[in-house]
Amino acid sequence: MRITIIKSSYLFLVFTIIISSCSKITHAPSLITPVPRLLTVMTHDSFLISEAVVSAFEIENNVTVRFITSGDAGTALNKAILSKDNPFADVFYGVDNTFLSRAINEKIFEPYSSPLLDNIPFQYKLDPQNRALPVDWGDVCLNYDIAYFSDHNLQPPNNLEDLLKPEYKDLLVVENPATSSPGLAFLLATIGHFGDNQYLDYWNALVANNVLVVNDWNTAYYTNFTRWGGDRPIVVSYSSSPPFEVIESGKPDNVPQTAVVTSNGSCFRQTEFVGILLGTNNRDLAEKWIDYMLSPIFQEDMPLQMYVFPVNSNVKLDVTFERYLSIPQDPAYVSPEDIALNRETWINAWTETVLR
Amino acid sequence: MKVKRPGWIPYALLWFPPMVFLLLFYFYPLGSILRISLDRSQPGQISPFFEAITSPVTLRVLSFTFWQASLSTLLTLIIGLPGAYLFAHYDFRGKSVLKALTSIPFLMPTLVVASAFTVLMGPSGWLNLGIMGVFNLDKPPLQFNNTLTAILVAHVFYNTSIVLRMVGDYWSHLDPHIGQAAQMLGAKRWQVIRKITLPILSPAISAAALLVFIFNFTSFGVILILGGPRYATLEVEIYYQTVSLFNLPLAAVLCLLQLGCTLGLTLLYSRLTKRLNIPLSLKSHKITQQKLSTTRSKIVAGILITVLTVLLVLPLAALAIRSVTRLEPDRRLQPDASPGFTLDYYRQLGTNRRESIFFTPPLTAIVISLGYAMATTVLALCLGIPAAIALSRKADSSFNQGMDAILMLPLGTSAVTLGLGFIVALDQPPLDLRSSWLLIPLAHTLVAFPFVVRNLTPALRSIQPRIRHAAAMLGASPVSVFRYMDIPMVGRAVLVAGAFAFTISMGEFGATSLIARPEYPTVPVAIFRLLSRPGEINYGQALALSTILMLISFISIFFIDKFRIGEIGEF
Repeated sequence: MRITIIKSSYLFLVFTIIISSCSKITHAPSLITPVPRLLTVMTHDSFLISEAVVSAFEIENNVTVRFITSGDAGTALNKAILSKDNPFADVFYGVDNTFLSRAINEKIFEPYSSPLLDNIPFQYKLDPQNRALPVDWGDVCLNYDIAYFSDHNLQPPNNLEDLLKPEYKDLLVVENPATSSPGLAFLLATIGHFGDNQYLDYWNALVANNVLVVNDWNTAYYTNFTRWGGDRPIVVSYSSSPPFEVIESGKPDNVPQTAVVTSNGSCFRQTEFVGILLGTNNRDLAEKWIDYMLSPIFQEDMPLQMYVFPVNSNVKLDVTFERYLSIPQDPAYVSPEDIALNRETWINAWTETVLR
Repeated sequence: MKVKRPGWIPYALLWFPPMVFLLLFYFYPLGSILRISLDRSQPGQISPFFEAITSPVTLRVLSFTFWQASLSTLLTLIIGLPGAYLFAHYDFRGKSVLKALTSIPFLMPTLVVASAFTVLMGPSGWLNLGIMGVFNLDKPPLQFNNTLTAILVAHVFYNTSIVLRMVGDYWSHLDPHIGQAAQMLGAKRWQVIRKITLPILSPAISAAALLVFIFNFTSFGVILILGGPRYATLEVEIYYQTVSLFNLPLAAVLCLLQLGCTLGLTLLYSRLTKRLNIPLSLKSHKITQQKLSTTRSKIVAGILITVLTVLLVLPLAALAIRSVTRLEPDRRLQPDASPGFTLDYYRQLGTNRRESIFFTPPLTAIVISLGYAMATTVLALCLGIPAAIALSRKADSSFNQGMDAILMLPLGTSAVTLGLGFIVALDQPPLDLRSSWLLIPLAHTLVAFPFVVRNLTPALRSIQPRIRHAAAMLGASPVSVFRYMDIPMVGRAVLVAGAFAFTISMGEFGATSLIARPEYPTVPVAIFRLLSRPGEINYGQALALSTILMLISFISIFFIDKFRIGEIGEF
């Protein structure tokens, strides 16, 4: 019996190795239709798109697109960097402007000047050498619970400075910039708005007004925000959250129960980029895929799938967005170089000020 | 007749499969990522070590990690041991249901547990609303999230089932007559507990305590979500250094520090428990368990059942109730409407509203989860059984003690680091597993395998060598000794071990999300996807899917428990 167990464990191991090698064997080419080639796209786990959009690309180019999701945006990027000598994907999508310098400095991308870049406004093109091409944007802004403010006969805040007023004491929940992407974006908004030498004073005052810090968007939104059972009516979230509250309520005639503060410098714009991974054997397909991502059919599909917005200026937004989406005219700006240079210092200084 | 003494060859054969597995899927990836990480240090490989030693953060994080883990383990034992007594000694109606229910917390994803606690104790949780109603307050009086209390409660919630299972099962096979005899001879009740029961139970208690401690020591999700930003364990700090700051050299040093602590703890454990194992005659449940006949036993059992229910079952029930309650009454139409019953969130689970790729109906996710869980169980048992047999035969050899400690290392390893290790190490055919689904059961097995070994070793060691020798003397071959003695005697322990492997795989989220192919999400991954989107439907669906995960797990564990092989006392 003991022998049997040992044997079966051997068998299992051998079996495991055989299966893993088999998965590498591709089918022999048939004479009638050429076998689809394989394009591998590495991305983060929030990536989503319509099935029809992907299959249209697959049919047109006789290709199978395989997606590999590798954790959150930071983790996925780390994986792309650590496998750059032996990449297992052709394209990487999902670097945002807070991580852009890490991707550029680690040289994971090949430049590609897609013809579709002509349709993208200059402000999104943060890499002049086109190693990373902009795909979508989203704004991180203060959201508030409309019902809370009307029930309490209180004016909602208009800008970042308002949050320091006594009437907004105990009302704000934000995310930790060290662990959360909207948290970092909001910290960058305060840095862009108040400047490198004043943002800590602002945060000190926020602490005095009893700001609550949690580690992730999920907890902030679904545990602490009044709309979902918490006791904080102001939360750092996305400018897209109110329209999605309507879209994802299942009641199409609803009006948003939350609203966004869009005053100048109170939001931070996150732009996401795509790039061809250095050393790919499928450069031609990778170029086609990137063109496809920047083309209207893909760009139009993104908002309802991923809650991000198209950079291609020829693309019109869905009616729901036109009605309910507030777009800040002048979001705070911090350059990717400054972010790369100071990320650690800023986060550490913030931690010392706010958490200790 | 000559009794055959096993030589070194059978031992080598026993160690071969677990060692090959660990070398390929643990040491090789981990070693690769640590080397690459340290190589990235510009000022040389030694400097990150200095950075770690001189930084005040390291010391603060390390001492908090030890402090919360010790406190959590102590509390878990305080709740778990009486609970184990309850399950080991009393036979009552609904016992198997309660037993299966108390195992579910162990496999719930942290995000879901956080939601459950929020429903109970959050700012508008039942508890706060109740107190506000009674005392007419306008602010919630209790602050639960972002406190040390939240961390401790969640750790007790998660890990009590380890103590219940490991100690309870061992306890239920002890001969109650030893204690009864001592009492007949005039020993006081507490003397029996101190001098007889605790020493006899100590192998199982210490094994359970070690596992609980290591789990708490490497806690990640609970600290991050319930503890909030003011608390960080080593595991959280490693994640932060890796993902947020991309300081891989420092992350590698912290990972080594965490491994060193795990190794030290396990060696200490082996040393302390070296002499603890007393060969015993195990008894059948029929002998050890009694009905609740006396008033005293009824009161004791009543209290224990209530405590376990409130701590372990109530948060799950809150979640289930919330999943069938409309989350938001339409404020415009009925301003005072109370949230009503609804099954909408369950219905929505099956519809792909946006025709997205990667959409997975709940049934598919369940089948995928069950598939991985079964593969993990088989693999962990195939590797764990030979290792446990080898460990149990020469308990005090220093080789075995060293191996014992090494087998525990995967539990003390940072998931983020190991995840990156798979990417850099398993990148050449035939082992280019970077985008393979196989990585998921392999990663789950790394966690489940130490559990299997921990569960089986005390049981195997407790078999009296006398019986084994007697059988051999009477002409039984080693194979038939194993077949007719070891298997029936440790059958239950194998089941408990298998159940652990199964639940670990069902609930695992961290490693799965790092290596999942998006087309094949497990249930926890599918829950996470829903929770990371705004809107009522997504939140409701996440609660509904969590409830389904609880139900499936409950049914699986319930049937694993019912299934018996070679019940002790049948021969």
